[in-house]
Amino acid sequence: MKHLTFWSLTALFVIIVFAASRLVTNDYFFFAGYVVLQYIVLATAWNVLGGYTGYINFGTSGFFAIGAYSSVVLHKLWGPPIPVLILIGGVLAGAVGLGMGGLTLRLKGVYFAIGTLALAVVAQTLVTNWDFVGGSRGVYIIRPGSVPLLGSYIHYLFLIMLILAGIAVAIARTIERSTLGYGLAAIRDDEQAAEAAGVPTLKLKLISTTLSGALMGMAGAPLPYYVTYLDPASGFNLTYAVNAIAMPLIGGTTSWLGPVLGAIFLGTIQQAATVTISSSLNLLFVGVLLVLFVVIAPNGLIGLYKPRRRVGATS
Amino acid sequence: MYTDLFLNAIASGILLGGFYAAVTVGLGIAFGMLDVGNLAHPAFVILGSFCVYILNQRFGVDPILAALIMTPFFFVLGAAIYQIYYLCFERRGEEGLRGLAFFFGILFITEVALILGFGVDYRFVEAPYIGPTLHIGSVDLALRTLVPFLISLVMIGALHLFLSKTYIGRAILAVSQDSLALRLMSIRPYRVKLIAFAISIATASLAGAFLIIIQPVEPSIGRDYIGRIFAIVVLGGLGSFPGMMLAAFLLGVAESLTATFYGPSWSPAVAFGLLLLTLAFRPAGILGRRA
Repeated sequence: MKHLTFWSLTALFVIIVFAASRLVTNDYFFFAGYVVLQYIVLATAWNVLGGYTGYINFGTSGFFAIGAYSSVVLHKLWGPPIPVLILIGGVLAGAVGLGMGGLTLRLKGVYFAIGTLALAVVAQTLVTNWDFVGGSRGVYIIRPGSVPLLGSYIHYLFLIMLILAGIAVAIARTIERSTLGYGLAAIRDDEQAAEAAGVPTLKLKLISTTLSGALMGMAGAPLPYYVTYLDPASGFNLTYAVNAIAMPLIGGTTSWLGPVLGAIFLGTIQQAATVTISSSLNLLFVGVLLVLFVVIAPNGLIGLYKPRRRVGATS
Repeated sequence: MYTDLFLNAIASGILLGGFYAAVTVGLGIAFGMLDVGNLAHPAFVILGSFCVYILNQRFGVDPILAALIMTPFFFVLGAAIYQIYYLCFERRGEEGLRGLAFFFGILFITEVALILGFGVDYRFVEAPYIGPTLHIGSVDLALRTLVPFLISLVMIGALHLFLSKTYIGRAILAVSQDSLALRLMSIRPYRVKLIAFAISIATASLAGAFLIIIQPVEPSIGRDYIGRIFAIVVLGGLGSFPGMMLAAFLLGVAESLTATFYGPSWSPAVAFGLLLLTLAFRPAGILGRRA
């Protein structure tokens, strides 16, 4: 499938989902749907670096919160519309991602992963001590009650996240099937060999970290409007990081479909569990699933399907 | 007045450093020597704290004694975890991404299981040395940090002796220095690594006792220690005991000074900031050779 075809199909899909959602009358659907879509963006963003390039990022919550807090600052200063907030949040988080790409020059494997975790904690400490954005007390954001054409504000947020998810997935798919993606895969499999074979590893890694960081920041930018009250402990919550890792690993890291499947699967279960059981139990569930999948099904949900087809083809 | 404050901050920083060294020594063995990136180590320390809490509150056992009782159980737990890790990741050569994700998941499971079992309340233990303070000149030494400090030094000293004098200890060092050479001599590093990893988890029991003696414990505070202990291991030069001790004291003093003069809300940034700087500029550690 050509890139343009895929982009058009994604756009069509987004429109269909949105049109279908107009039939839903219960507002809770939009609150839950927003979270699942947000996880599609986060998981896809994580996978661009983690799955395609092979560098593990434990700092997802850091990038996410950078987007969220950049929105808080802009909201206090001038209050631009959400698409602008998303763009600016993406640029800021992308810049931090570029810095993180610099770390890959010296750090590989575990060291890089721990470095990203450190990045998130340092950012959290800075925000906690920054009074303008509320410090540790947190900050309230008053959102408009309704939006023209769409009605309720949550419908508007849902639509924005839906479009963002579509864009993120299309970007991931485009990368996967381009020279860039093959270069990244070469880095993942053997960075030294890739370098020796003439792959511009540093440039590709920088593109990958910047894109991944920017998408995470974009996912976080509408957050203050969604939660209306934001404090560092919730913005930088480790739950985002563990979900962003668990979803691609459960879905499968080698293809764009993996993070999407993982996010829908885990995200829906968590939303259901939060309502019906308890919110700490659903985290236990994520942890157990993550461990089970890396132990038993290293290639994720997609991997469960593919080998069977290959057996059928050879026999 | 100002010098008093300064001296007290240094003293409590050194005591804190001794405790950090005890929390780190397990990871020093697992990550520094065996190359197993055990992110879940702080979770095991918290697990140790809660075991000590139960023994102390239900049966009135002294926290340190309780930790010593729990040590064999932690040893077995460590052996079991390494067994899974070896079978699922190391043998398949997939220890990188999936191994890390595995430990990340273990970290979460332990934490949430503790929350479900004990709630998010802060728990503490009772012992005669919690409360009194020793006064030396103008410096105050709280016994609740002094006792863990001293026992931690004993524990690390004993481990150091074990590694350098006994047969199995020297075998562990051999695995850490050149596991390929061992394999060429047809020795399987598997059994040695199993014992070493079990020892590394066993230390978490005592470290957990120290933690709950020093401060009240709540299941999710383990996360704060991920950065600290990895900073110390990396700063100390991966598995070098003297380097690790030095790094632990350095971090303890730096955090204590920051907390005294800038407020405790800045102290997490010290550990993680130090870690980032070390990773970026001196990955071989303060005492290590340049890579």
